[in-house]
Amino acid sequence: MEALMEAKQGVSERFSKLKGLAIAVKPPPHQGCGSSGGSGKSSCGSSAGSGDLPPDVWEKVKNHPCYSEEAHHHYARMHVAVAPACNIQCNYCNRKYDCANESRPGVVSERLTPEQAARKVLAVASEIPQMTVLGIAGPGDPLANPDKTFGTFDRVFKAAPDIKLCLSTNGLALPDHVARIKDFKVDHVTITINMIDPEVGARIYPWVFFRHKRYVGKDAAKLLSERQLEGLEMLTQAGILCKVNSVMIPGINDDHLVEVNKAVKSRGAFLHNIMPLISAPEHGTVFGLAGQRGPTAQELKALQDKCEGEMNMMRHCRQCRADAVGLLGEDRGAEFTTERIESMEIQYDAGKRQSYRDSVEVERSARRAAREQELLTLAGENSNRKILLAVATKGGGKVNEHFGHAKEFQIYEMSTAGAKFVGHRRVDLYCQGGYGEEDALAGVIRAINDCVAVLVAKIGACPKEELRKAGIEPIDQYAYGYIETSAISYYRGYLERLKSGAVADVERGDAVIRQGAFVEVGAPAGQAA
Amino acid sequence: MPYKIVASQCTGCSACEPECPNKAIFEKEGIFLIDPKKCTECIGFFDEPQCVAVCPVDKTCIVDKSLPRYQR
Repeated sequence: MEALMEAKQGVSERFSKLKGLAIAVKPPPHQGCGSSGGSGKSSCGSSAGSGDLPPDVWEKVKNHPCYSEEAHHHYARMHVAVAPACNIQCNYCNRKYDCANESRPGVVSERLTPEQAARKVLAVASEIPQMTVLGIAGPGDPLANPDKTFGTFDRVFKAAPDIKLCLSTNGLALPDHVARIKDFKVDHVTITINMIDPEVGARIYPWVFFRHKRYVGKDAAKLLSERQLEGLEMLTQAGILCKVNSVMIPGINDDHLVEVNKAVKSRGAFLHNIMPLISAPEHGTVFGLAGQRGPTAQELKALQDKCEGEMNMMRHCRQCRADAVGLLGEDRGAEFTTERIESMEIQYDAGKRQSYRDSVEVERSARRAAREQELLTLAGENSNRKILLAVATKGGGKVNEHFGHAKEFQIYEMSTAGAKFVGHRRVDLYCQGGYGEEDALAGVIRAINDCVAVLVAKIGACPKEELRKAGIEPIDQYAYGYIETSAISYYRGYLERLKSGAVADVERGDAVIRQGAFVEVGAPAGQAA
Repeated sequence: MPYKIVASQCTGCSACEPECPNKAIFEKEGIFLIDPKKCTECIGFFDEPQCVAVCPVDKTCIVDKSLPRYQR
């Protein structure tokens, strides 16, 4: 996961805008971004709406599912795996088999040439009008494969200029490429920064390869950190929006990430995405083999909440593969094999795509209006009680997924300020028929154990009963309604029931973050259990 | 002795290919090979063999002991 860079033109103008942005995300004039609540906005930064961001920044992020939480309900992204080489080694990554955090390529998935990748992008864009973003995220580091990465961008930019380009890098090569990134109008770059202290870094990175030399230990971490921060500053100066990804590794960098947050914020990063370590022995990573655990759901949320007062936090990251296709949380990559794409007749129709986006905007405004309307009903409430709700959705911002078909649940924190998206929990498919079903249900309950209720489009009698026993209320009365509107309505009723004593005021426990990759639909049940 | 790539270890990531100063590395069926006639062990170019330094899998780029040492 890696990449980036800059140029001199228009720098001062853009820089001043960016500086304005850095100020705008500070707490005092509350932007709906703090965890302190109170503004009535549903969530923050990434999830902020048009009113919360400078217009030029909003224009850049509004259709980008990874940069806007709200957009991720409506728009899809795709990654193309054109960049297999990497220039650093991470203890959470194993190139020999797959790459748990960024992807699973190396030997597994097919690598594409820039020509094949560009054709795939056009094929997907023609069939999935929601697809607005092309990212290059590996499987290695895009900037360790600059010709392949920029060769792909060049082709896509010429054929389909409406597709946003972005890339994700470890930052080591970033300062060398900022000018080219700007030339190709790549306006979103993600840098993975896990530390700013070489002592911490030495426990995460065994080595880096730089200018024909392998560096190890603290020297490697120091070099990497310097290059990352230098690259971030260059991006900021070039007016390129920058997201920082950090992998939360309990006992190694969990407390330290608060410092990282401050460091990247002061250098103009737009968004901070703290992700849980994915680590299991079968991944064959150094951390997996050493038994290094990932954080629990509440540990992750606590750290995200702690950093949130400082800057916008991304909480809807799905840590997707370097060849993922579709809405975040779904992967339609299997529909677009090289073989199929070769034989497809591709008709790229920019006008059709634009009219689709227009219809999405109508839907989006309706959703926003419904939320604001519903929020008014909480006006008289002054409870401090916050609860978490799990929601089964397949997109569009609606409660529209069957409990048994959900591959993930979205988590909303409810307060009198409204519904705030605070994360998602991946689960194994419960409804795969027969074998392993009870285990899968137990897994779902563990994943949403900190929630008071789960909002679904439909649910069977048996899982309903089991959820109730676990203290999680199964709710299907909001089927196909808007998520926030439904959640606010449920919460209002919950507060009333609290007052009347109909529900007991008990704290929920913690929840488990599922390890490992998604189980593909159709894969044998239990394969990834 | 030139270097060789242990086929069963190679992930095909291609990181070594552009680093080789002799253009001795090439792809065949998804993995990479070193042409022993071109390999100079990076002598005269770098302090350490570049394929070894950049390879993500330890003990994958190794000295081929079946061949004589590289002579300048």
